[in-house]
Amino acid sequence: MSDAQQPTDDGSGSEEFEPVQVFPEAEEMDLRPGADDCYKCSTCDTNCPVAEVDDEFPGPKFQGPEQWRLKRQEDHDIDESVMKCSNCMRCDNACPSEVPLSQMHNTARGEYVEENMSKFSREYWRNRLLSNYGTMARIGSKVPRLTNFMMGLTVTQVINEKLLGITSEREFPSFATETFREWWETRGGHEASRENARDARERRDDSSDDESKRVAYFHGCYSNYNTPEVGKAMVRVFEHFGYEVLVPDQRCSGTPMYANGMLDDAERAAETNVAELASAIEDGADVIASCTSCSMSLRQEYPELFDFEDTETVATHTWEALEYLRIHEDLEAELETASVDMSNFAYHAPCHARNQGLDGQTVEVLSSIDGVEAEDVGDSCSGISGTYGWKEENYETSMKIGGEMFEHMEGADAESGMTECPTCAMQMEHGTGYEIKHPLEVLSAALADSETPEATKASGEEAV
Amino acid sequence: MAIEDDVLVIGGGLAGATAALSAAERDATVRLVSYKQSTLRHASGLIDVLGYMPTGVDEVNDGDDGGDGSGTETPLVDPFEAIPSLPEGHPYERVGLETVREALLFFDSIAGDAYAGEHTDANALVPTHGGTVKPTARYPATTAAGIASDPRDALLVGFETLPDFDAPLASAHLQAAEVPFESRGITLSFPGIRRSDAKITRYAHILERDESVDTGAGDGPARAALAHAIGTELEDESRVGLPAVLGDEHADTVRRDLEERLGIDVFEVPMGPPSLPGIRLEELLYDALEEAGVRVTTGVPVVDYEPVDGANGSDTIERIDHVVVDRNGQQVPYSAQQYVLATGGLVGKGVRSDRDRVFEPIFDCHVAHSADRYDWFVDDAFGDHPFAQFGLSVDRELRPLEESDGEEADDIEFSNLRAAGAILGGFDAAAEKSASGVSLATGYAAGSRAGQEASE
Repeated sequence: MSDAQQPTDDGSGSEEFEPVQVFPEAEEMDLRPGADDCYKCSTCDTNCPVAEVDDEFPGPKFQGPEQWRLKRQEDHDIDESVMKCSNCMRCDNACPSEVPLSQMHNTARGEYVEENMSKFSREYWRNRLLSNYGTMARIGSKVPRLTNFMMGLTVTQVINEKLLGITSEREFPSFATETFREWWETRGGHEASRENARDARERRDDSSDDESKRVAYFHGCYSNYNTPEVGKAMVRVFEHFGYEVLVPDQRCSGTPMYANGMLDDAERAAETNVAELASAIEDGADVIASCTSCSMSLRQEYPELFDFEDTETVATHTWEALEYLRIHEDLEAELETASVDMSNFAYHAPCHARNQGLDGQTVEVLSSIDGVEAEDVGDSCSGISGTYGWKEENYETSMKIGGEMFEHMEGADAESGMTECPTCAMQMEHGTGYEIKHPLEVLSAALADSETPEATKASGEEAV
Repeated sequence: MAIEDDVLVIGGGLAGATAALSAAERDATVRLVSYKQSTLRHASGLIDVLGYMPTGVDEVNDGDDGGDGSGTETPLVDPFEAIPSLPEGHPYERVGLETVREALLFFDSIAGDAYAGEHTDANALVPTHGGTVKPTARYPATTAAGIASDPRDALLVGFETLPDFDAPLASAHLQAAEVPFESRGITLSFPGIRRSDAKITRYAHILERDESVDTGAGDGPARAALAHAIGTELEDESRVGLPAVLGDEHADTVRRDLEERLGIDVFEVPMGPPSLPGIRLEELLYDALEEAGVRVTTGVPVVDYEPVDGANGSDTIERIDHVVVDRNGQQVPYSAQQYVLATGGLVGKGVRSDRDRVFEPIFDCHVAHSADRYDWFVDDAFGDHPFAQFGLSVDRELRPLEESDGEEADDIEFSNLRAAGAILGGFDAAAEKSASGVSLATGYAAGSRAGQEASE
């Protein structure tokens, strides 16, 4: 507090002095409280996986509070180093003073891209393309075999790298021949799901009505276009517990867009998602995500960055799939009587799961199932961070960050990997060659797969 | 339904981790919930028990103290000898001397070779980054060759890009304090780092992975380059001290490698925040938690609690049924039979304050403080600030006490809640250098009692 503004605190003054009132009310997003709360302990910096391998990156403390202060000077633009931040959000979890670091980074990055990055640059269009993966995937998955063929061609990879700056070191994820939504429609949509749920409740002596056991599935882009088996597992597991599943219209959660500073794109996608999910919530549903970055986005980033009518409602009704079952059902008791025959898994907790307090969950839940073990491979970041590791200039950094995880995976007594995050899964597979599963696939195998003829039939089809 | 365990520890610092580990020893299923990262990330990694006598307490067996009652300027030789004369209400007085000793033994069994100092009751004097020496009961093995009572001459090496450790200044400070050896400080450039804002984790990573770096004469492995740079400056010193950035997970390997290359002992000088020895201690504790089967949930705060129904009558003590964890908006219940509150002090935010009051945010346990906030501090920056002692009053089982009405024996707040670590009041950790010891002793005591009661 400056000497010029000594508070009169003895009650003698007629007006109560409140230091915050000397600043005008914020008109737009004001990160001053965050900047003021930072006492520069640098705990965030010690958690930054990028700063650990790249001394050119000045770290989260600079990107957040320090940059914000610098920028108050008229002659300072956002530093371009903000584009090196991978948006892992580990600094959020680190800060003992509750500085909203990732929110500050998202805002700074948005401003940098808006004001300092040329809209004609290769970098801008490459980032725009990567962050709008959902749109690309929608087009690509219309002709999945052709797209997979094209993306696998060396010539395509060379063009991607030379022309767009997308690394040729990685293989593009292949598109499923049937998207999750196509499978869902063929299967009969939510009417079929309601029937399955009712059957399951009858079997379980569960007298709940339809409305009290209803969930809306936010599958995200990847489960829809690339790994529909995760979405199918989600549906089977929830129906097993007597839940009717709704699959509302939806767009990308926004995560890759924030990470690339494309806040306008993210806001448009969020507007659709909030409206659609809010209407499902109105019908009694809770929102379930299987990707931890999607649930992170709906829960934390939407309320931090956007202000639609139902943003908060959606945030407080969104759950990660296992977390929801754990709280609303006696999941562990049920799993104790189940068994599967699967090899052990080297489990990596995604950074975005860690920030939601979900880092220990999968290992805990799986420990109840007979016949499968998941071993946590430690708290290092996988290094890919969505679109980050796809960029030519970040590939090496991304693999350096992932080095620790690869070593621990190989050291674990397991032949395959497991994680909730689709891009972590890509990195795990890329670094070790392991096949990577989602925890829901194990739950589905343990609880649901032998249950309905439809499920058996469906899993038979997948094998083709 | 709630997520259920026998014992729930709230807080993931030294006190919380110790409580969880000692509860797990009693065959209880234990969960530790931690919100943001703990102050271990700021901590020097030294395990102090009692470095100085608190103000106003006459030291035992110390006839030549000035006797003005303003505390002692000289460090305590034997902290255990001094503990019985601590005032009523001090955390060590609450748990008793034997528990402090047991807790230290417990720590030794967890830390193994990573820590030294267990061979004696006497305090060791470890030089820190400003050149001051800190009296401490245990210290990381990486700092062992540096202790100030060792008569061997020392070379301190700082790096141009790491201004937190000014080796010539630290060295001059040690000489001024009349340490029994010659010390000399030099500043080198760290092989491979040019920027002064590179993080300490970057230094550690380069050394741990022995990355290939630009040595000035072509690329080469970092450790050899560093050893070479030090070697050319070495005179007849028989030990060399470096800032505590010598690796992370494999700090021992890095140090031994440098020792072999230089042919003399190498030690680390503990630094200010953020601190690798603190981070390594955190990793050591979390590895032990995993080993002991403690379930750990991080990144989410405990925000509230629900008492057991019907137990809220006038003459029954309230009992906690479950606590409420906020997961980005969802309120998730966690239940246990016994709870340990180890959320830290004012810095760790286990005790909070606003312009009107000082409070404990989860259970609203009583925190004694003056109604006038101008009485919370004194003008002298290094004076005896009342805020330094803000925290919970507890009974001898570490159960938080309600506001005392002066005459009657104090009532406990909850029958199944204990508190440990910096959240406790009645001591000034910074002035008496007792933060780690109090966390260990009270964490150990609270955890073992909670574990015992829960498994009965």
